[in-house]
Amino acid sequence: MNLPPVIGRRTFVLNAGLSLGAMALASCEQTRVISRPAVAAKAKRIIWLYMAGGISQFETFDYKPLLAKLDGQPMPESITKGQQLGQLQGQKLVVMGPQHEFRKWGDSGQSIGVILPEVASKCADEICIVRSIYTDAISHDRAHTFMNTGSTIAGRPAVGSWIWYGLGNEAEALPGFVVMVSTGRFGIKQPIAARQWHSGFLPGRFQGVEFRSGIDPVLYLKNPDGVSRKAQRDLVEAVQSLDRLESEQSTDPEIATRISQYEMAFRMQTSVPDLLDFTNEPQHILDLYGTWGSDGSFASNCLLARRLAERGVRFIQIYHRDWDHHAGVKEHIQGAASEVDRATAALMTDLKQRGMLDDSIVVFGSEFGRSPMAQGDGRDHHRTAFTMWFAGGGIKPGLSLGATDEFGYHAVENRVSVHDVHATLLHLMGLNHAQLSFTYQGAETRLTGVGPCRVINEMLV
Amino acid sequence: MPAPSGWVESTDENAPVPANSWRMPPRILSRVVFRFGLVIFLATSVCTFAAWKWAAVPPSEPYSEVEFNTDIRPLLAAKCFACHGPGVSQRKSELRLDTKEGLLGGAGKAGAVIPGKPDESELFRRISADSAGERMPPTGAGTQLSKSQRILVRRWIEQGAKWREHWAFCSIGRPTPPLVQIHPTLKNEIDCFILRSLDERGLKPSPEADPITLLRRLRFDLTGLPPSIEEVDAFVADHSDASYEKTVDRLLASPQFGERMATWWLDLVRYAESVGYNGDQPISVFPFRDYVIQSFNENKPFDQFTLEQLAGDLLPGGTAEQKIASGYNRLGMMTSEADVQRPEYLAKYIAERVRNLGGTWLGVTLGCCECHDHKYDPFRSKDFYSLEAFFADIQERGAYIDAASNGDWGPKLEFPTPAQQAERARLEREIAAARASLAKPVPNRVVQASGEKKGEGHDPSKAIQEILTLAPDMRTDTQRADLDEYVRSCSPSEPARRKLAELQCQLSDLRAHIPSTLVTVSVPPRTIRLLPRGNWQDDTGPVMVPAFPEALPHSRPHEGRLTRVDLARWVASRENPLTARVFANRVWKLFFGAGLARNLDDHGTQGDAPSHSELLDWLAGQFIDSGWNVKHVIKVIVMSGTYRQSSEPNDSLRERDPDNRWLARQGRFRLDAEMVRDNALSIAGLLVDKVGGPSVKPYQPSGFWAYLNFPTREWRTSAGHGRYRRSIYTHWQRQYLHPALLTFDAPTREECIAQRPRSNTPLQSLVLMNDPEFVEAAIVFAEHIIEHRVASTADRLDWAFRRALSRPPRVAEAAVLTALLDSQLAEYRRNLGAADEMLVVAGRAIPSGLEHAELASWASVSRAILNVHETITRY
Repeated sequence: MNLPPVIGRRTFVLNAGLSLGAMALASCEQTRVISRPAVAAKAKRIIWLYMAGGISQFETFDYKPLLAKLDGQPMPESITKGQQLGQLQGQKLVVMGPQHEFRKWGDSGQSIGVILPEVASKCADEICIVRSIYTDAISHDRAHTFMNTGSTIAGRPAVGSWIWYGLGNEAEALPGFVVMVSTGRFGIKQPIAARQWHSGFLPGRFQGVEFRSGIDPVLYLKNPDGVSRKAQRDLVEAVQSLDRLESEQSTDPEIATRISQYEMAFRMQTSVPDLLDFTNEPQHILDLYGTWGSDGSFASNCLLARRLAERGVRFIQIYHRDWDHHAGVKEHIQGAASEVDRATAALMTDLKQRGMLDDSIVVFGSEFGRSPMAQGDGRDHHRTAFTMWFAGGGIKPGLSLGATDEFGYHAVENRVSVHDVHATLLHLMGLNHAQLSFTYQGAETRLTGVGPCRVINEMLV
Repeated sequence: MPAPSGWVESTDENAPVPANSWRMPPRILSRVVFRFGLVIFLATSVCTFAAWKWAAVPPSEPYSEVEFNTDIRPLLAAKCFACHGPGVSQRKSELRLDTKEGLLGGAGKAGAVIPGKPDESELFRRISADSAGERMPPTGAGTQLSKSQRILVRRWIEQGAKWREHWAFCSIGRPTPPLVQIHPTLKNEIDCFILRSLDERGLKPSPEADPITLLRRLRFDLTGLPPSIEEVDAFVADHSDASYEKTVDRLLASPQFGERMATWWLDLVRYAESVGYNGDQPISVFPFRDYVIQSFNENKPFDQFTLEQLAGDLLPGGTAEQKIASGYNRLGMMTSEADVQRPEYLAKYIAERVRNLGGTWLGVTLGCCECHDHKYDPFRSKDFYSLEAFFADIQERGAYIDAASNGDWGPKLEFPTPAQQAERARLEREIAAARASLAKPVPNRVVQASGEKKGEGHDPSKAIQEILTLAPDMRTDTQRADLDEYVRSCSPSEPARRKLAELQCQLSDLRAHIPSTLVTVSVPPRTIRLLPRGNWQDDTGPVMVPAFPEALPHSRPHEGRLTRVDLARWVASRENPLTARVFANRVWKLFFGAGLARNLDDHGTQGDAPSHSELLDWLAGQFIDSGWNVKHVIKVIVMSGTYRQSSEPNDSLRERDPDNRWLARQGRFRLDAEMVRDNALSIAGLLVDKVGGPSVKPYQPSGFWAYLNFPTREWRTSAGHGRYRRSIYTHWQRQYLHPALLTFDAPTREECIAQRPRSNTPLQSLVLMNDPEFVEAAIVFAEHIIEHRVASTADRLDWAFRRALSRPPRVAEAAVLTALLDSQLAEYRRNLGAADEMLVVAGRAIPSGLEHAELASWASVSRAILNVHETITRY
C-alpha cells in the first residue's frame, strides 16, 4: 500500500477504523495460502456427513455373500487370531450375515443396501465408494479424534480448522468451519466432544463454531433481553469509538483488530438469523430434504449445510450420532438410515442442480466400521476395514474403490488410511498435505502426521 | 500445612537467598557504580560518541559471529537430523550431524566440517551442490537450505566452526551480570543483561511506565485482579522505589497470588474435573487445586512441590497434604467406555504421564519417543519406556466400567466432617451387623433363576452377567461370593434384607456428599516393556526398569529399583539442566507475555534458543541457589527496571524489533480467559474472594452439554455466591469446557499445556457483549455508578472509568459515553418494558429508588466500558 509520507501508521489505523466493513474482512478473513497448490484446487468447500458411532458397512455399502452363507457359524480363527477387538475380545466369535438386502444401482451398478433407497437410487452414479479404509483406534473417543484431527492424542487441530487456516474463508460474517449435531430416535446416543472441532494449536479463530438448534443457534449471538438492535448498534459504535480514541494514544495493532472483530460480531448477529430463516426456501426444496424449518434434525442440518456452502463457508460438518449398534443392528440401522437417507440424497441433488457439486466435496462415513462377527444381535466396533464415500469436485463418480477379504474383516485391495483420506481431501482443496504445517512443540506438525501417506489418485478424475 | 518456607517469616541470615532479604539496589548497584568507573575509563576514548548515537547505529549483524546454538544447530536439526540425527531407527547413514565427532571429526575419523575451510568441508559441499544426486537434503526428504542459510553455514565454518552443546542440555552456568552504564532502567541484575544486549543492538530501553499502568500491571500479573480506586490513589501519591517494593511484597503475600499462579500451573498438570474420554464423567479433585494454591501462597520450595506431586504417596510419614498432591498422577484422562481394551488404555495412561513429565518439568517433547527414537533430540524410545517404568506402581484400571454409575475412579482420599465420620461409622457398623445376620450360603439353583431377572427392574452389573454365563461348577469362590452378595441384594422380600439395602443406600448417599480427591496408591509395579512403534499389542520388546534419560546428566541415587521419589529428586536437582531453566523461562513469560526462549514447550533442538541465554541461566541459577524459591524469582523479575518499562512501542522500535525480542519495552497482551471474567466481576463489585473449596458452576448457556452421554447431564448453575467466584473455581469439563473460557483460549486440559494461544476473535466480542454474566456485571456496575455518585453524569463517568480502568476518562471518551447514555435514555424512557426486560437478566432485585430506564441506560454505558480493548488488556 502506498501512503503519502505524511500519513503515518497511526493515521492509517484511525482511518481504517472508519471504514469498518472492509477492515473486518481484511483483518480476520485474510486468505492464507500456505502452499502453492500442487494441482489446481478442484473444490472450494467440504460438507462432511459424519455417522457417529460407526455405521455398519455390512448393511449399507460392503456386501459379503459369504457372511450370509456362514451366518451363525464360528468365525475362522485364522482371520481373527491376534486381532484387537472391542467388546468381543475373548468371546466366542460367530459370523453374522448381512441383515438387509443389497442391490446394484444406477448405470454404474454400484452395490448399496436397500435401507438407503434414496442415496442408492439417486446418487449411485455420483459417488465414489471406498471400501478399504482402516483406522488406528477401536474405541469411539480415540477413533473420532483420529478421524477428525489425524491423531489419537487430544490437542491437534480438526480437519476443518486446518483447511480454514490454509485457505481462509469466503463467507462474509460467518465462520469458516461450522458444525451441527443431530440426534435420532434409535441406537445409543454417541457423546461428541467439542474437541472434534477444536483448533488445537492453531490460532483460536480457526475453531469450528457449533450451530445449535433452537433460539440461540450460536452461543452468545442473541442480544441481551431488552436490548434492541439499535441499542446494540449504539453500543458497538461506542465501543469502537472508545477503541479508536485509545488507538490515538497507542500504536497497538491489536486495537484495530479488536475494532474489526466487533464489526464482524455485530454482522454475525444478522447474518446467522438470516441463514437460519428458511422462509425464502420454496416448498419443493423443503419437501426434497423433508424438513419444515431449522429444527436441528439431520434433514434441516443438510439444508443448512447447502445454505452455508452457498455463502462460502469452507468446511461444514454434520453429525448424526446414533450409529453405535452393539445390539439390534437390523432394526436400529434401518431406523437410523431412514433418518439420513432422504436428506443426504436431497443435499446431493440440490448441490448438483445448483451446479455446486462441481466445486464441493461431500464426505459420508464414520469413525470406524462394525464387525463381521455378531455381538448378540448387534455388531461390535471394527477398525481394520470400513467404508466411506466421497462425491463432488475432482472425484470420480460412480466408482467403487478398494475391497475387503471375503469375510469383510481386512481391507485387502487399495488399502486407504485415515491419513490418506486427509491427504486426498487437502489435495482436492489445492493444499499439499506435506506442506500444510504449523510449528508446534518445535516440530513442523501436519494433519497427516509423520508417517507415510498418499493422495488416493485412483479416486480422482 | 507446613509453615511458610522463608518468604515472610525467615530471619535466618545464612539462608541462601531469602527472598524477603533480597535487596539488590544498594549492594549490587554500588558494585556496578564502582565498575562503572572502569567502563568510563575504557569507554571515553572509544565509545562515548557511539553511546550517544545508539539509536542511529545499524545493527552489526552482517559481521557478527555466527553462534552455533542459535544459528547452526537449529538449521541442522530441521534439515538434516531426520536422517543424520540421534534417532537410531531413522538414521540413513553412518554420518551424524548432531554430535561433535560427526561434525568435526575425532577418534581418527574426519568430520563433515573442516574448520576455516568451507570449500573443503563435505557438509558445505553437499548443501550447495548443483547436481540433484549430490545435493542434501535429497529430493523428497525435506526442503533445501535457502541461500542465506547456506551463507550462514559458510560463515560459521569460516569463523572456525565452533561447536557448543545444545544450550538447554548444558549445565546451568552462573554468569556474572555484565557491566553497563548507569541508566534509569538499571534496577537490578536483570537489567544489566537486558541493557547490554540493547546496547549491542543500538536500542534504548523505554522509560518507566506511568504509576497507574505500573500498579495495574503488578496487580494483574501477581493477583489476576485489577486494583481498587483507593489502591491507585495511594500509589499515584507515592510511587517511590520503596513504595513500589512494598506493593510487590503486599501482592506476593496476598492469597490471590496463589490463585493466579495456580491458574497457570493447572494448565501444565492438566487439572480438570472430568475424565475426558467418551462419557467425560465428573471426578472430584478440587483438594488438589487447593493444594496448588496454598503451595504458591506458602512459597513452598519448588523441589518440594515437585516431589509431593510426583511421589507424595511414597514419602515416609506422608501427610494428608502430600497424599493430595500425589493426585497429580491421577489427573490424566480415563475412560469408562465398555468397548475398550484394558491393556491399551493402561498403555495410553502411562504414556501420557511421561509426556506430562516432559511437558510440565523438562520442557522437552518426550512424546515422540513413544513410537520412535526422537528425530531431533537425544532421546530414545528406551528412555521413554524407562521413564514409564517409574509410574508402573500406580494403582489403576484400564477402564472404569462401572464408574459412570458408581463414581469409583480408583483410589481416593475422603475428607468427612466429624458428623459425616460418625454417621459413616454408624452405618458401617449396622451394615456389618445386618450382613452377619444374613450370612447364609445361597443355593446355586436360586442363582441361576436370578440370572434371568434382567429387564425386570434388576440390572446385574457386567461382572455379575459374566459370572452368570459360566456353569455353576465353573465359578470360583470369589465369583460365588459376589453372586451370593448380588442375589441377597435382589431378594427384597425379607425385612432384614430390606433394612440392609436401605442402610447401604444411606451409606452411598453419605459417601457422595463426603468431599474426596483422587490420590496415588502404590502397588507392586507391573511389567513395562519397550513397545516397538508404540504398539501395545507387541510384547516382544525388552522389559524396562526405571531410569533417567541417558542423554541428560544424572547420577544413580542407589542400587535398588528407582522410584518416583528418585525421579522427583532428579527432576528438581542441580544436576538436571532443564527444570530450572524451563521454570524461569515460563515465569518470565507470565510477566512479559513471552518467554526469553519463545517456545515454552520445547527446549530441545527444535525450540527457539533464548534471546538472552545468560540471563536465563542467571535466573535459573538464582532459582536453584535460593532453594527453589518461587517468590524470590518472581520478585527479582518484577523489581527489575526492564519489567517497569512502558509497553508502548514507538515507530522505530516496531520497525527494528517488531517481536520485542530485545525487550526495549514491556509486553502488552490480552488478559487470560479467567482474568477477563474475574476483572469484570471485580469491577462490578460482584466478585466473591473466598479462596479454595469445591468447584462452582456460574451461568452457562443451556443445552451446552446436550451431547454428553453416559449419563446425560445438565449444568446446574450454582446458587448464591457460587456464581461470582473466581474463574479458577469454575467446573472444568474437558469435553465441554465453559464456552466463555474456551472462547478466550482457555485449554481443555486433555494434555499438558505450556503455551495458551492468545487470539482476538468475533466470538470474544459476542461473549463480552451478550453473555448474561457480563450483562449482569454491567447492571450491577451501573447500580454502583448511580449509587456512589448522585451528582452529574461527568462525575459518574469519572468514577466508572477510575473503577474499571484506574484512570479518569479523556474528554473525547466522556463525550462518546455521554452520547451513548443519552441515546439509551431516550430509548428506554420511550420503552419502559424493554428496560425492565434488560434488568431481569440477573434475576436480582433492583434497588429501590432507582429509575429503571436510567439504570438500564447506565448498564449500557457499563457494557461499553467492560467491552473496550483497554479493559481486557494488560498494558
